Amino acid sequence: MSNKESTMADLTKEELLGMYRQMHRIRAFEMAVYDGVQRGVIAGGPHLYVGEEAVAVGVCTTLRPMDYITSTHRGHGHLIAKGGQLKPMMAEILGKATGYCKGKGGSMHIADLNLGILGANGIVGGGLPTAVGAALSSKLKQGGWVVASFFGDGAANTGSFHESLNLAAAWKLPVIFVCENNTFAMFTPMEWTTAIKDLSARAAAYGMVGTTVDGNDVLAVYRAAVEARERALAGEGPTLLECKTYRFLGHYVGDPEDYRKPGEVEMHKKNDPLPRFEKVLIEAGMINKELMQQMMAETRQEAKEALEFALSSPDPDPSELTMDVRRPFKPLGDLERVSYIVEEGVG
Amino acid sequence: MSMREISYLQALNEALHEEMARDMDVFIMGEDIGLGKGTLGVTEGLRHEFGPERVRNTPISEQALVGAALGAALTGCRPIVELMFIDLLGVCMDQVANQVAKVTYMSGGKARPALVIRTQEGVGLGLAAQHSQSLEAWLVHIPGLIVVAPSTPFDAKGLLKTAVRDDNPVFFIEHKLLYSLKGPVPEEEYLVPLGVADIKRKGRDVTIVATSHQVQYALAAATTLALEGTEAEVIDPRTLNPLDVETIAESVRRTHRLVVVNEGCRTGGYASEVAATLGEHVFEYLDAPIMRVAAKDAPIPANLQLEREVVPKEEDILTTVRQMVGSSGW
Ligand SMILES: Cc1ncc(C[n+]2csc(CCOP(=O)(O)OP(=O)(O)O)c2C)c(N)n1
Repeated sequence: MSNKESTMADLTKEELLGMYRQMHRIRAFEMAVYDGVQRGVIAGGPHLYVGEEAVAVGVCTTLRPMDYITSTHRGHGHLIAKGGQLKPMMAEILGKATGYCKGKGGSMHIADLNLGILGANGIVGGGLPTAVGAALSSKLKQGGWVVASFFGDGAANTGSFHESLNLAAAWKLPVIFVCENNTFAMFTPMEWTTAIKDLSARAAAYGMVGTTVDGNDVLAVYRAAVEARERALAGEGPTLLECKTYRFLGHYVGDPEDYRKPGEVEMHKKNDPLPRFEKVLIEAGMINKELMQQMMAETRQEAKEALEFALSSPDPDPSELTMDVRRPFKPLGDLERVSYIVEEGVG
Repeated sequence: MSMREISYLQALNEALHEEMARDMDVFIMGEDIGLGKGTLGVTEGLRHEFGPERVRNTPISEQALVGAALGAALTGCRPIVELMFIDLLGVCMDQVANQVAKVTYMSGGKARPALVIRTQEGVGLGLAAQHSQSLEAWLVHIPGLIVVAPSTPFDAKGLLKTAVRDDNPVFFIEHKLLYSLKGPVPEEEYLVPLGVADIKRKGRDVTIVATSHQVQYALAAATTLALEGTEAEVIDPRTLNPLDVETIAESVRRTHRLVVVNEGCRTGGYASEVAATLGEHVFEYLDAPIMRVAAKDAPIPANLQLEREVVPKEEDILTTVRQMVGSSGW
């Protein structure tokens, strides 16, 4: 039995189709965001996940609702895969009051603690320490949750990456560090900035397991994430899981994309994670063209409705601008003492 | 309240012991706090009492520590981080300014970053340019952070306990030269509120707002001034941000003069912030321009004589107040 078949064996048909639908949902959502930017209704140059869907879906399929993720500037896919709803996500991207963060976070800062989404991040590498802390909390509170931290190949060169991986390994914390190696950090190819080919090689330096997988093969990602998760739960510490993938669209919507080699995108599109997974499902007799068409149409409709919902939602009221900067201080009750002594003096 | 005299350091240590005993979700992490007294001495005995899981000796990774405190806070803990020197802010500023401080706002009020970052600042030990700064001005500029700097054992204990219980991120700034300062601290449990200034000495002729260790110099100056017939009111904001403007404004409306004393550099410093804010509130009550007494705009020199010269001391406050009181207004 090949690896692929054995993986499919532990996933039910329902789960496999759920993964497939989730990948379509992410792509449809991102294309709706793209459309929104073209129509001039979305500002801020959002970073889209098209082409990388297998990573988020492969990893998040292994997570339970109690588990946490930290995400990045390219976070929409992670959030959807962790259960994020399209309407409040889209509303947040449009800065609307109905968004996950009342329109104050935006595309790069969507968070929903109830779904275990600790937040996307505008600072490259900024979310890794948060993931380490959430995993420390799991250990201290014996909460039993694991934390998946998504970040790019660019983030793997930050100091934050080094400190976070070392700390998580030293304390054997339940983190899955998911490096999405899409070959570029913004406009810079990885080989210009990094002397090694497989970033997972760095894991050895921290004393943790490192694996590189084909990030466009959702089942390969899933399989590796299952192993990482089992290690985490067994108290064996973190894993560095590198998923090799490629982004089909610009770094942000509007990127001139003049840094790519001619034909590069076309070449990578032959490796599109969606048709690849389709092929597996068709061969296994789980899906046919009709069902595929239907799922595609349904997810597109959902994304379209999300954009319509966002467009028809109110903006946050200007009076709320400075609300939520901090919480009101907790009342101290009977224990409050403002002052103890006042020195002598003439008032 | 029954009272006894203990040091600022003991007061902080008691606060940590009490809060860790009270709430299992409270834990502390920092560099070199595991064995013996810890670098600063503030964490003495904690590891023995609460064990290595809750008193965590960490690698030299300030970014990861501050960020991990955030992650732990967002998932239900109440972490305390000990940042050995405030000068190390530079290596963890992203986590402080972009992550910890902003998460409440960016999440539309959903996130609860209930954490405390304890650190110490200031001159006094000849530690030179990278270990002696007073950097509160960097911190008060960041919306979302609560910045606290106690000047007495009473305030140190009461404010630290409150900070640990509050749901906001609190940057808690201690001062090297205050650790040995003794003062009255109640035997009974008490909490000092955040955001409330304290009048350390009553006076009618001039208001001196001073922070952290400079409160000591301000009080000494006030004693000298009283002999000269000038009664200075000394106010310690205690919480530097949000500032208790009303307590200070109320004082200046009575005294008609304001001097602001802070150990940070003069340009863009905390004293400037207090002066500007009060200027907006009490301008029509002033008999003289608001004056700042702050550090010279230079790095802290290693030479002890020069170190004493670079930051304000009692004489600087005296000179400023005497000029102010002696002049016939504007
Ligand atoms: C610390 C930091 N430096 C620079 C930037 C600007 N920036 C945003 S995304 C990006 C590239 C990130 O590359 P990578 O981590 O590989 O993620 P990808 O965009 O490829 O998903 C840069 C340089 C930033 N946001 N944060």
